[in-house]
Amino acid sequence: MRLFGHRLTFTATLGLVIIAINLIIAIGAPLLAPYGQASILGDAWADPTPQHLLGLDDLGRDLLSRLMYGARMSIGLAVVTTCLAFALGITAGFAAAVLRGWVDTLLSRLVDLLLSMPTLMFAFIVLSVLGTNLSVIVVTIAILDAPKVFRLSRALAMNIAALEYVEVAKVRGEGLWWLMRREILPNALAPLVAEFGMRFSFTLLIIAALSFLGLGVQPPNADWGSMVRDYRDMINLDAMAPLYPAAAIAILTIGVNFVVDWMLAIHSHAHGDSA
Amino acid sequence: MSGRRVGDDILQIDNLRIEARNDRGPGPVLVDNVSFALKRGKVIGLIGESGAGKSTIGLATLGYTRRGCHITGGKLDFEGRDIRTMTAAERRALRGPGVAYIAQSAAASFNPAMTLFEQICEIPLRHGIMSLAEASTEAVKLFRELDLPNPETFGNRYPHQVSGGQLQRAMAAMAMAARPDILVFDEPTTALDVTTQVEVLASFRKLIREHQTAAIYITHDLAVVAQIADDIMVLRHGKTVEYGTAQQILQAPREEYTRRLVAERVAGHTFREDLATDEPPLLEVSNVVASYHSLLRVIDNVSIDVRRGDTVAVVGESGSGKSTLARVIIGLLPRQEGDIRFNGTSLPPKLASRSKEQLRRIQMIYQMPDVALNPNQTLLEIIGRPVQFYFSRPRGQVRARVLELLRMMDLPEHFIDRRPGELSGGQKQRVGIARALAAEPDLIICDEVTSALDQLVGEEILRLLKRLQDELGIAYLFITHDLGTVKRIANKVAVMLKGKLVARGETAQVFSPPFHPYTELLLSSVPEMRSEWLDDVLARRTQTLQAVKQAQIQLAS
Amino acid sequence: MFRLIGQRLGLGLLTLFAASVLIFAGTEILPGDLASAVLQNNATPETLAEMRQELGLDRPAPVRYVEWLGRAVDGNFGRSLASHREVADEVGPRLKNTLFLATYAALVAVPLSVMLGLMAAIWQGGVYDRLVNFVTLLTISMPEYFIALLLIKYFSVRLGWFSSLANVTPDTSFLERLGLTFLPMLTLVLVVMAHMMRMTRASVLQIMASPYIEMAFLKGLPKWRVVVRHAFPNALAPIINVVALDLAYLIVGVVIVEVVFVYPGLGQLMVDAVSKHDVPMVQACGLIFAGVFVLLNMTADVLAIVTNPRLRHPR
Repeated sequence: MRLFGHRLTFTATLGLVIIAINLIIAIGAPLLAPYGQASILGDAWADPTPQHLLGLDDLGRDLLSRLMYGARMSIGLAVVTTCLAFALGITAGFAAAVLRGWVDTLLSRLVDLLLSMPTLMFAFIVLSVLGTNLSVIVVTIAILDAPKVFRLSRALAMNIAALEYVEVAKVRGEGLWWLMRREILPNALAPLVAEFGMRFSFTLLIIAALSFLGLGVQPPNADWGSMVRDYRDMINLDAMAPLYPAAAIAILTIGVNFVVDWMLAIHSHAHGDSA
Repeated sequence: MSGRRVGDDILQIDNLRIEARNDRGPGPVLVDNVSFALKRGKVIGLIGESGAGKSTIGLATLGYTRRGCHITGGKLDFEGRDIRTMTAAERRALRGPGVAYIAQSAAASFNPAMTLFEQICEIPLRHGIMSLAEASTEAVKLFRELDLPNPETFGNRYPHQVSGGQLQRAMAAMAMAARPDILVFDEPTTALDVTTQVEVLASFRKLIREHQTAAIYITHDLAVVAQIADDIMVLRHGKTVEYGTAQQILQAPREEYTRRLVAERVAGHTFREDLATDEPPLLEVSNVVASYHSLLRVIDNVSIDVRRGDTVAVVGESGSGKSTLARVIIGLLPRQEGDIRFNGTSLPPKLASRSKEQLRRIQMIYQMPDVALNPNQTLLEIIGRPVQFYFSRPRGQVRARVLELLRMMDLPEHFIDRRPGELSGGQKQRVGIARALAAEPDLIICDEVTSALDQLVGEEILRLLKRLQDELGIAYLFITHDLGTVKRIANKVAVMLKGKLVARGETAQVFSPPFHPYTELLLSSVPEMRSEWLDDVLARRTQTLQAVKQAQIQLAS
Repeated sequence: MFRLIGQRLGLGLLTLFAASVLIFAGTEILPGDLASAVLQNNATPETLAEMRQELGLDRPAPVRYVEWLGRAVDGNFGRSLASHREVADEVGPRLKNTLFLATYAALVAVPLSVMLGLMAAIWQGGVYDRLVNFVTLLTISMPEYFIALLLIKYFSVRLGWFSSLANVTPDTSFLERLGLTFLPMLTLVLVVMAHMMRMTRASVLQIMASPYIEMAFLKGLPKWRVVVRHAFPNALAPIINVVALDLAYLIVGVVIVEVVFVYPGLGQLMVDAVSKHDVPMVQACGLIFAGVFVLLNMTADVLAIVTNPRLRHPR
C-alpha cells in the first residue's frame, strides 16, 4: 500500500487505522455513543453486560459512552491547541528566518526563555490563578508549545533559504510572500507535518496530565485525564476502570508516533541522490 | 619483508565484477570484468569520469565494499592469496600493513576528537607491528619526508587546526605508517586549490619513489596521472576502455573515448581572438570595494569592463573574491565604494533598490545544478516564471516560449512537465541556462558553471554557451578557477588574488610572458600532459613563490 | 571556549530571573484578585480590605517583587496560608524526598539507557535493534500515570510484592525507603529510559555514517574498537545533552508519579498547595522546580561546549 508515493510499513498502517478510528469516534460521539455521558443508568461499579460493554462507573454512568465523549474532549482540545501553536510558531519562525536582523534576535531570545521553563509546571501555575476555563487551557498550552514549532520552522526556513534556488528567486525580484509560499513552504512540508504529529501527542498528554492533577477539564465536562483521576483509587481493588481512559490515551499516542516515525524515516532518504 | 623485490607481481585483478544490490533485487553493475596487474614499486593510474567505478575498484583491493555493493565475480590476488576468500579477520589484517587507503577528503577522514599522532600511529600499533615509541619516531620521519612544518610537534595538533594541503599529506603519512605494500590514492588532490595541488602531488611522488611502494592512483585528471603513473587504465561505466603504459595512452591513444579525454586537455593552447570594438562597455565596474560585517575587505578596488559579445573571465583560487564579485554586481552584497554602471546608468548598490528592468538584464547561472533548481517545480514552472514575471505573457505564450528554449538547449520537449530530480547533472545545468535566457538578458554571469560537472559534460556546456553567444550576442562574465577553460572561451581575463585585481586585459596578453608573478604561479600549476611537467614546475617553484610574495607586499603598500 | 561558557551561565541566570518574575506575576498580579482567591467564600468587603492589607497588595507590584525575591534568596518564603507554618520548614523534607526519588531513578536509568542504546546502534538492523525501537516507541507514548497504574495493578495488587502507597516518613530506614519507592522509581525509569535510549541510538548511528568511521574500518580496526574509540567520544556531546535534558524532564514527571503513589515529595506538596490556594507555598515550589530545571538545562549546554573538540582546542 502506498501513501504519497511511499510504501507504508505495517506499523504505519496500524497507526493510520488507530488515528482514523479515534477521529471517527471524536467527531461522531453524540451519534455513536450508546448513552449520554451524564445519564445515570444503574448501580455504581456494575459489572460489564452486553448493554454496558465496559460496565458502569462510580456514579452509575456507562463507561463506554463516557470514554467516547472523553475522546471528543481530549482530541478536540489537542487538535485546536496544536493548530494554534502551529499558526503562531510557523509565522514567527518563517518571518524570523527571512527577515533576520533584530526581528530574529528578539524572537529567538523570547523563545529561548519560554523553552527553558518546564511546561507542566508553568501551565500548572498559570491555570491555578487564571482558572480552568477551556479557552484558557488551550491558549496557555499553545503559547507554551509554539516555541518548539518556532525553532523547527525557523531552522527549516533558514536551511532552505540558504539553497541557491531561493536566492535565484530573490535575485529575480520576487517578494517576501512569494518566497515563503512558493519556494520555502513546499519543501518544508514533510518535517512540519511530522512535527504536527509530535506536538499533537505531546499536547494530548499534557492536557490529560493537567486534568489528572485536577487542573484541567472540570466537571461536568470530562476528558480522558480527568476520568483517570476520578477512577484512580479503584486500582487498589484491581478494577480496570482507571486503565481504560489511560490506555485510550496511550493507544492514540502510539498510533500517531508510528505514523510520525514512518514519515521521518522516509524524509531522511528523500534528498535526491545525485548520481 | 624478505624476498620481495621491485618488479615482482604484487596484485593481480582478474575479471572483477561488482554489483549493487538492495532489498528489492539486483541493481546496476558497478564494475564489469576489469583486469589489471600491479608490480611492486610501480604505479597504475585509474582514469574515468564519475560513475566509472574507479573508487569501487580501489576499495575492493582492501577487501571492502560500500553498503549495498557485492563482489560477484573474479579474483583479487594479493601475493598469492585471493582477497575474496579471506576471512573477516584476514581482511582486517590486510588493511593497513598490506594495502592502505588515502581518501579524497582529508578533513572528513580524520576523527575530530583525536590528535593527528593518535590516528597516524593507530595502524602500526593496533596491528602489533610497532610499539608506541617506534611508531612515533616513524611518524615524525614521515612528516619530514612530506615537507610538513615542525615535524616534531605537528602530530600533537587536531585535524581542524591544520590546513587542507597539510591534512592531505598527514593522511598520506597515516597510510604509510605501517609500510604497506600498496597505497590506494582516491582522488587525493581533487578538493585542493591548483597551486596547493602541485606541492601535494610532488610529496606523494617522492614518498612512493623513496619507499618503492606500489600504488593505485585514482583520478579524473589525465594530466595529473601523467606525472606519477607507469601504467594507465581508462574506465567508463564500470568497463575498461583502454589499458596500457602511460607513454602509450598519452601519446598514442587507440580508443575514441580516450582520445577525447586527451584532446580536451591538450586543446587549450589556442587563444580566442579579441573583438575590436569602440562601443561603450555594457557593464562598467569601477574601483569597487566591499566587505562582510568585519572590516576585512573582500573586494578591494576592483575594476572590470564587459562589452557586448565579450566573454570576460574572472580567475582566482578559493578566497580570491571572484564569487563575491558576482554577488556585488548582482546587488546581494551592497558595495561600499566605487560604481557599477550598466548601459551608462549607475546600478543601486542594493538589490532591493533596483528596477525590474535592471534586474532582468543581468542574469546568473550557478555552480551546482542540484541546488539551483527548486526540486518541487516542473521545468515549465522553473523556466516559465521569468517569462511571466518580466514580460507578463499569458499562459499559452509562456508554454510556447519554454518549449522554444528547451529546443535551443537540445533538451527533449516532453521534459517540460518533469521535475529536476529526474534529470542528469548536465541536463539540469542546461535548464539553468534556459532559465537565464528566458529573461532575455544582455549579460549572463556564469559562476563556476562547469566545476561540478564531469569533464566531457562540461565541455558540451561550454560549446552550448559559445553557440548561444554567437546567435544572440549575449555577453558573459565567466567566473572560474580552471585556466584551461579561460584560454578556450574568454577574450578578456581578470586575475584576482585575495580580493585584489592582479592582472587584467586580453587573454592572449595576460597569459603570455611577461607575466605578473601570480599569473605565472597559476599558469604553471595547471598540470600538462607531458610527464616531465612536474619536475619542471618544481624546479622553478621557489622562485615563483618568492616573486608572488614580493608582488603582494607591493600591492598592499 | 570560556567566553561561551560564561555566556551560557549568564543566560541561565537571566532565565532564572525571568522565571521568578513569571511565577510572581502568575500568582500575585494576574486578574483574579489574590485576596478573594485566598478568602474564597469568606470574602466580604471588610475581610477583603483586611486581607489585602495583610498581604501587602496595596503597594506597587515591582516593589513587592523585589522584596519577595530578596526574601526568597534568603530562604524565607513566608508562611503557608494553609498550615500557618514556615514554608521553608515544610519544603525542606519534601525536597529531600523528591531529590531522593529523582536520584534513585537517574542512577538506574542513565547507565542502562546509554549502554542499551549503544548496543542497538552497534547491531543496527538486527532483531535486538528493532525490538528496542518498537518497545521504546510504545513506552514514550504512554502517559506516566498509565505506566504507574499498570505497575500498581500487577506488582502491587495482584502479586503483592510492593506497596502501592509510597508512604515514606523521616524515620524510614534507607533500605525500607528503597523498597517503598521501588515502583515510583520504576515508573520514572521506564519513561525516561525510552527517550534516552532512542536518542543515544540516533546519535551514535549518525556518527557511524561519518567518513572518518569508514576510514577507521579501512585501517583494519575491529568493529568494537571503532565504536568505542572513534564513534563514542564524538557521540558523547549529543548524548550528554539528551541525558541532561531528560533529567530536567524527570523533575516534571516526578509530580505525577508522586500524586499517583501518594509520595510525600515536593510535587505532591505543590499540587495540594494549588488546590488550597496556598500562594506562598506555590511560589516556593514553583521557584525551586524552575530553578532545578534551568540549572540542568544550563549544565547540558555547558557540557555540550566542553565536549566539543573544536571548541576545546581552537585554531
